[in-house]
Amino acid sequence: MSQAITEQDAEMATVELSFTALPAHVRTARLVATAVARRSGVDESLLDEVRLAVGEACSRAVEGHQLYCPAEPVRLALTEAAGRFEVEVTDTCAPAGRWPGGPARAEGDSAAGGRAEGDRARGPSDSGTAGSSVADPRIGAGLGIAVIEGLADDVEIRETADGTSIRMSWPLAEAAR
Amino acid sequence: MDLKLDHHSKDGIEIVDVEGEIDVYTAPRLRELLIELVNSRFYQLVVNMEKVEFLDSTGLGVLVGGLKRVRAHDGSLDLVCTQERILKIFRITGLTKVFGIHDTVDEAIAARRAEK
Repeated sequence: MSQAITEQDAEMATVELSFTALPAHVRTARLVATAVARRSGVDESLLDEVRLAVGEACSRAVEGHQLYCPAEPVRLALTEAAGRFEVEVTDTCAPAGRWPGGPARAEGDSAAGGRAEGDRARGPSDSGTAGSSVADPRIGAGLGIAVIEGLADDVEIRETADGTSIRMSWPLAEAAR
Repeated sequence: MDLKLDHHSKDGIEIVDVEGEIDVYTAPRLRELLIELVNSRFYQLVVNMEKVEFLDSTGLGVLVGGLKRVRAHDGSLDLVCTQERILKIFRITGLTKVFGIHDTVDEAIAARRAEK
């Protein structure tokens, strides 16, 4: 019995945040993630990396949701387990890989990639006008993943039934373990 | 903190002062300003990022877009930044090779003058 509770506790997210896919909420997600990381015992020197990587993952998810499923919320889960602080950002931009920078696109999903290219080609950077909430998405989408991979100590990007999950983790300081 | 934008001319170069956070929410405002400046025929730009507290890839995208626009008019877009947390994202993405990044506005202006 106690074993079951322990496993359940281990799998339970410390903090879960679900937010409407609006750019304004990405800052809130960054602030929450940084606060929980600090409280969990992530070293101060890593907090900037957590903040930026979480912001990138959430921005990517928000952009995808705005294109494909604006009514669906983006989910952020922050978990402290096994000496690491883990962050998972989950989007529901199904089918997986439809959104630029997603795993399926990298694997050559031409149909999905074509759709994404088309959407991005209508972005503000090409029209030369302003007003969209998404800034130069052609650049941001690819760079976002590159930044996450450059920042997080450990990154896993995987397709889910509904979209994409980006899981990142950082070590906890010795004193917090 | 939200994003504060201002600009002024110095030695024939337009200095854009940016303060606060440049992210997916605020970056469109910076993009609008850069477009407005280019449309007003300011093609030599220096973006002062010394008071920027946060920059993500959407902000980078806006800066690259601004650079593309001024270069179409044989112009330039240099950056002023000494903050390690901001410089790090330029290094990760390899954009330190794309932008001229300087320690002060005066240094950015002098570098631009030297290239003319």
